[in-house]
Amino acid sequence: MKKVIGIIFTGILIFIIHSCSSDDGPITMMTMEPAPSFDRKALLTNWADNVIIPRFEAYDKRLDELNSQHNSFLSDTNVSSLKALRNSWLNAYLAWQHVSIFDIGKAEEISLRNFTNIFPVDTAAIFQNISSGNYNLLLPSNFDTQGFGALDYLLFGIGKDDQDIVNILSSVDHKAYLGDIIVRLKEMNQEVLNDWKFNFRNQFIDNSGSSATASTDKIVNDFLFYYEKFFRAGKVGIPAGVFSGSKLSLKVEAPYSGIYSKQLFLEAFGSIENFYNGIGFETGENGIGLDDYLIFVQEQNNFSNINEMILTQWTSAKGKSQDLSNNFRDQIENDNLKMLETYDELQKAVVLLKVDMLQVLNIQVDFVDADGD
Amino acid sequence: MQMAIDLYQLYSRINSKTHIAPLVTLRVLFGIIMFFSMVRFWYHGWIEKLYVLPSFHFHYYGFDFVQVPGLWTYGLFVICSISALTVAVGYKYHLSIVLFFLSFTYIELMDMTTYLNHYYFISVLSFILIWLPAHTSLSIDARLNSKIRSLYLPRWNIDVLKIFLAIVYIYAGAAKLNYDWMINAMPLSIWLPTKLDIPILSTFMNTKSVHYLFSWGGAIYDLGIVFLLLYSKTRTLGYFLVVIFHLLTGLLFSIGMFPYVMIVATLIFFSADFHLYLQSFVRKIFNQKIQNISENSQYQETRPISQKFKKLILFSSLFLQIIIPLRFLLYPGNVFWTEQGYRFSWRVMLMEKTGYANFKIVDGKSGKRFYVRNDDFLSSFQEKQMSTQPDFIVQYAHYLGEHFKNQGHQNVEVYVESYVSLNGRKSRPFIDPNVDLMTVADNFNHKYFILPFEK
Repeated sequence: MKKVIGIIFTGILIFIIHSCSSDDGPITMMTMEPAPSFDRKALLTNWADNVIIPRFEAYDKRLDELNSQHNSFLSDTNVSSLKALRNSWLNAYLAWQHVSIFDIGKAEEISLRNFTNIFPVDTAAIFQNISSGNYNLLLPSNFDTQGFGALDYLLFGIGKDDQDIVNILSSVDHKAYLGDIIVRLKEMNQEVLNDWKFNFRNQFIDNSGSSATASTDKIVNDFLFYYEKFFRAGKVGIPAGVFSGSKLSLKVEAPYSGIYSKQLFLEAFGSIENFYNGIGFETGENGIGLDDYLIFVQEQNNFSNINEMILTQWTSAKGKSQDLSNNFRDQIENDNLKMLETYDELQKAVVLLKVDMLQVLNIQVDFVDADGD
Repeated sequence: MQMAIDLYQLYSRINSKTHIAPLVTLRVLFGIIMFFSMVRFWYHGWIEKLYVLPSFHFHYYGFDFVQVPGLWTYGLFVICSISALTVAVGYKYHLSIVLFFLSFTYIELMDMTTYLNHYYFISVLSFILIWLPAHTSLSIDARLNSKIRSLYLPRWNIDVLKIFLAIVYIYAGAAKLNYDWMINAMPLSIWLPTKLDIPILSTFMNTKSVHYLFSWGGAIYDLGIVFLLLYSKTRTLGYFLVVIFHLLTGLLFSIGMFPYVMIVATLIFFSADFHLYLQSFVRKIFNQKIQNISENSQYQETRPISQKFKKLILFSSLFLQIIIPLRFLLYPGNVFWTEQGYRFSWRVMLMEKTGYANFKIVDGKSGKRFYVRNDDFLSSFQEKQMSTQPDFIVQYAHYLGEHFKNQGHQNVEVYVESYVSLNGRKSRPFIDPNVDLMTVADNFNHKYFILPFEK
């Protein structure tokens, strides 16, 4: 028996000596000196301070402007104040695209995304709410009667032309509803922003471990969920009929204004890339992001360059989308093939993100924190 | 001639009498740990998340009849927990251990998604315990019925457990002897650098030599530990390594109760004296003295035939335990990639596999097609498991096909575009996207539609 143990321990010893001294072959760079792991805390700090909080702040400002344009519209209801209101709606909607990803903390708790941008909206239910004057916007049953989609309908689709829309919105009931949904957007974001600034930021950064509930795992899962479900499927796949077999052009984002659907899509695309690359919202500086994390792990293990593949794939998806009409609704109805081609390019990135990236970063795409073996 | 003598010696050895104490410790601690692990499962809300909420469940081949009984699932867990407790205290032992085995195994069979080697381990161990007289000492049964009291039993009753553990460890070790594990230190090179929650150790988690040390150490541990435990001189060292190894893996990976199960199970290798010493504390607490049991009393079956029957059952199940992990040899291709013959083989924490499966429903006549959103049908956990395992993919494809047929779709064909990444390699197409999965069956035949792992 002693012999067996002897052999085992000699084996281990030889192995350790070998691994510490060898400087060629597959086992290179072997040293017992601790090599620092990727600093997840620095990643989270950059995301919180330079990406997420500034984005929520910018969105907050745009909502303030929307609110004040709405006040102008109330006091002076005409086509020109309607146009000004629409303009501030668009700016706020574009700013929203930057924060929609972050369904975490307070935003998750209050269902910020569901109350802000569920589309298509239920126009019959909106009409019902307005005419009855009896509605509770806090209820999940009212997800699709408020937010930017409802504003799109009210500001662009409720009448046959601009003057008609102004006439309709002049009614007390309509004005009240318009006011309520704008105020609600503002209030929800205020709550989320304050929580990020005064409470959640530190919690988010301190939770820098690697369990399924740690911040990195959670926000990367949120990011992929957003990319797959709300960006790829919501903005392109569903209206193009990928999941139904037939085109559903009314399911594009902001179908009543129409001409902004591509702009909103591209804004969201930019926000996705900037989050991934860790680019500061105000500063524009390229901070620590998933790109750096991937490069760190890839180089250490001689893996293939996933980061580059992801960026290249996104570039080609953007390239495909260049040919699309500003109005996705028109695009789908007239030449859906181009829409489907864009979808395919976005889809290819899903594989790179969900399979290759998650594998290399050891992030579990699994919200059930169950046992493994 | 020599062989005949050896066999004779072996035969008389396994039938010679030995003290029951190791088996009793195992029964008590196993029952307690199982009780806590059932309560823990409930406490985490997993009964609801894993069994009650999902509308579709993956089945083991031939076990389609095992269905999740809705809210009665909680009842199953109650039965399982209570029987674990009554096993521990040795109350109506035969009934309890049978109930435990059946309820636990039923739970595991309800959804293949939750398959874990250590759940399988528990099923097999409890099956073995059914046939062992673990209740004849330090139990309520023995207290109530003096007739069954006994301190000795034929040695094979203990040996069968040691052999089972040896099979588990050695197969686990042998499975580690592959290129990725030994030469690339994969997947530990991916896993360890993110384990930064442990003081001191975390400093070394990104050190390449530590990844190799863990890989090789793990393989050597699994292959050698049983031998250290078998010999009295090395047993203490061996057990020390058992505790270190399992606590460390428990610290690094979320593997639930498994470390404790193994730390308890390996106690079986210790001598009766050691176990009597352990048990003396328990006896003190309950003020129970070993009385009125003659030193020679040996567990006597009412019908001697049943001894032979039990031996037959146990040793043929051990034989199966040796055969089952080898079935992967019958299939072509890399077992890590195809997973044909992967389960029930003690391949523990052996690979990092990530996948993505995108299902396409096609009308075979009109060519009209659309894609499926998996989260309409599966939980995220089910989707994760499905996307890397061919038998899951086939089952799910059939489920989708039937679902859309029932919705009135015509000429339903189901295709999958799937990608899998194994141990840090770039993802590759996994299932042949041109095969209509409605035309293939989920069975033990080689799944020809798995694309080759090698380029």
